[in-house]
Amino acid sequence: MHGHDHAHHPALQHHFSTMSQQREAGVLGMWVFLLTEVLFFGGLFITYTLYRMWYYDAFALASKSIEIVPGLINTVVLIGSSLTMALSVRAAQTNQRKATVNWLIATIILGSVFLGIKVYEYALKFEHHHVPGASFDFYHHSESIGEPLKEPAGGLTMGRDQVQRTTQIFFSLYFVMTGLHALHMIVGIVILFIIAWMAHKGRFDSEYHAPVEMTGLYWHFVDIVWIFLFPLLYLIERH
Amino acid sequence: METPVYPAQNYLSNGHGLKSWLLTKDHKRIAILYLISISAFFFLGGLFAVGIRLELTTPQGDLFQPDTYNKFFTLHGVIMVFFFLIPSVPAVLGNFLIPPMVGAKDLAFPRINLLSWYIYVVGGIFTLFAIVAGGVDTGWTFYTPYSAASSSTNVVPTALGVFISGFSSILTGLNFIVTIHRMRAPGLHWFKLPLFVWAHYATSLIQVLGTPVVAITIVMVFAERAFGFGIFDPQRGGDPVLFQHLFWFYSHPAVYIMILPALGVISEIVSTFSRKRIFGYSFVAFSSLAIAVFGFIVWAHHMFVSGITVYAAMVFSFLSFSVAIPSAVKVFNWSATLHRGSLSFEAPMLYVYGFFGLFLIGGLTGLFLATLGTDVHLHDTYFVVAHFHYIMVGGAIMGYLGGIHFWWPKMVGRMYSEFWSRISAILVFVGFNLTFFPQFVLGYMGMPRRYHMYPDEFQVLNVLSSGGAAVLGLGYILPVLYLLYSLKYGEVAGNNPWGASGLEWRTQSPPLTENFLEVPTDIPEAYEYTPKVIREAKLV
Repeated sequence: MHGHDHAHHPALQHHFSTMSQQREAGVLGMWVFLLTEVLFFGGLFITYTLYRMWYYDAFALASKSIEIVPGLINTVVLIGSSLTMALSVRAAQTNQRKATVNWLIATIILGSVFLGIKVYEYALKFEHHHVPGASFDFYHHSESIGEPLKEPAGGLTMGRDQVQRTTQIFFSLYFVMTGLHALHMIVGIVILFIIAWMAHKGRFDSEYHAPVEMTGLYWHFVDIVWIFLFPLLYLIERH
Repeated sequence: METPVYPAQNYLSNGHGLKSWLLTKDHKRIAILYLISISAFFFLGGLFAVGIRLELTTPQGDLFQPDTYNKFFTLHGVIMVFFFLIPSVPAVLGNFLIPPMVGAKDLAFPRINLLSWYIYVVGGIFTLFAIVAGGVDTGWTFYTPYSAASSSTNVVPTALGVFISGFSSILTGLNFIVTIHRMRAPGLHWFKLPLFVWAHYATSLIQVLGTPVVAITIVMVFAERAFGFGIFDPQRGGDPVLFQHLFWFYSHPAVYIMILPALGVISEIVSTFSRKRIFGYSFVAFSSLAIAVFGFIVWAHHMFVSGITVYAAMVFSFLSFSVAIPSAVKVFNWSATLHRGSLSFEAPMLYVYGFFGLFLIGGLTGLFLATLGTDVHLHDTYFVVAHFHYIMVGGAIMGYLGGIHFWWPKMVGRMYSEFWSRISAILVFVGFNLTFFPQFVLGYMGMPRRYHMYPDEFQVLNVLSSGGAAVLGLGYILPVLYLLYSLKYGEVAGNNPWGASGLEWRTQSPPLTENFLEVPTDIPEAYEYTPKVIREAKLV
């Protein structure tokens, strides 16, 4: 076959016959992996939907108790990081080694900012006794600052006890969903560091940049998950 | 015919020592690693079955405390389902055979393939830890709220073991999908692929789409146990039935992860030993995909008595029958393949004949359980136990063993004892029926599953079942002995001892690390057993 008449690209693995076959296999593999991720988060979204339907009032109350500004900033930060990620893929495709590394570092910084703000938000939840478990008390915060809860339109249809119980389910889901999302961010940042280091070493060129591209796919996916999480968790009845 | 020579250069001789195995990226060596580890788990899971059958020889609970008995059937289920059946055919035979069958040097991602084995081992270690630490008693289904709140046994390490091993399953499926799409030799289009490959493609889809759902479910149970979250806890407004929905959304299709690859094995063996192209190739190929798709829309038939609405139950009952259609398509097409074929009775084929009977009974009794009215009567009785063992043991393990016997000469380059392998195939068939057929009767008479005691009148059938289990156990131990014996003393098999038509038989046995010296180019139709081919190859 071919391949014997010209030198192999150093990154071509022995079991592929061409670089394009290797790249296509990698990208397809990444898409299949992202499919599994969709199903993974899908189980949570189903659970969320069910409880939101059952305990709508509690979900609305709990959602409105979350500070919206940090979440909003994080949404902007994350969309920005997707832009820098896309720019680094573009730079890798066009052989711009320096730009690739810089955009990757920018992505890492934005990702870290997101996680930092997330830590701040989690700390608030602890302060407000909004972490599910023994010391959970949904009313604690609003009562201690003397500010009544914003009831949903048409008034509450459940009693205080039931609000206590079912807002706890909201916050359980809040922590599982945002926690798993944050875990994906952390994994993504680790991968970004590795890719940035490889880019710095000059491993990528216009013929071989699949790792940058695949990292980009992963990063955009994590971004999209947040695009769904933000309205579902922060924006119930915020109008 | 000249005597075949054992090739000096092959994947087994390419590198020696533990390190060459533990760091290998060769799909064939990884398959062997899987073969060894799943066999270990199979016999461990079998030990728990021995305990169960021993206890049930008498109506009294005289061997174990009830709690211990609960742990035995739980661990039997967890180990057999997650650490043997799910990886069995794909991780061993699929791993070994898919690259040569598609004319490739390796799977698309050799490192991920090795990683999947390590993940499997880590998951296994968690589960072994749970056993050593005192076991777990939730049943393999981990139903909430018992698993999330009440059980004081090692739920977390076991569930983590299952969670971790799930990723190994996902990675195997992902690797197969990409390999089948992107690594086929030039000219090998989809309808020239062996049906074994089609079956694995369908299986991989289930692994990739289903496993993440059970993974997230386990995460939620874990959060509930570890941090006191209340997602499935009815005391805090959570819904335990939601757990069952999420669990069975994976675990029903998981049955097809176990059986579909075995069905692929059957297609290969039936065609080879009938000397005929498989009847209705494209129907058999698409029936695998149909089973994968239908498998995802029938899960709530496990929950007819769990408090779902009657309307939901009726819909799921109706949908459950749909699985029978592609299953029957396969069985009818295999029968048509056998019809006027040039049949023979080597050990792999004996397993297949046995498979037909068991899969048929297992499949038809599945219709009883899909029927809403009869299921309410038979739910949680030994009828269910018998039914799923006919599919998962009678179907999947017969297929797996048939496949192991069929491709063993390819894998190690040597033949096993013809006599003992036939004996073992017969023992497995007889022992299996003796073990599980009485359980249909017991279940019909109302004996519930998961109890260590029963009324006196059930004893005869239970003793029959335990006796059958002893025969079955013998049938499973024999292959270990003669297969190991064959490694050193077996006759050299040659490239193609069965005169089979697949690409994998064109290369030497055992194959080279790269499978083929040259990428195969003149790809034949699948199962090319035309009279001319048979005459020229002197196959009959």
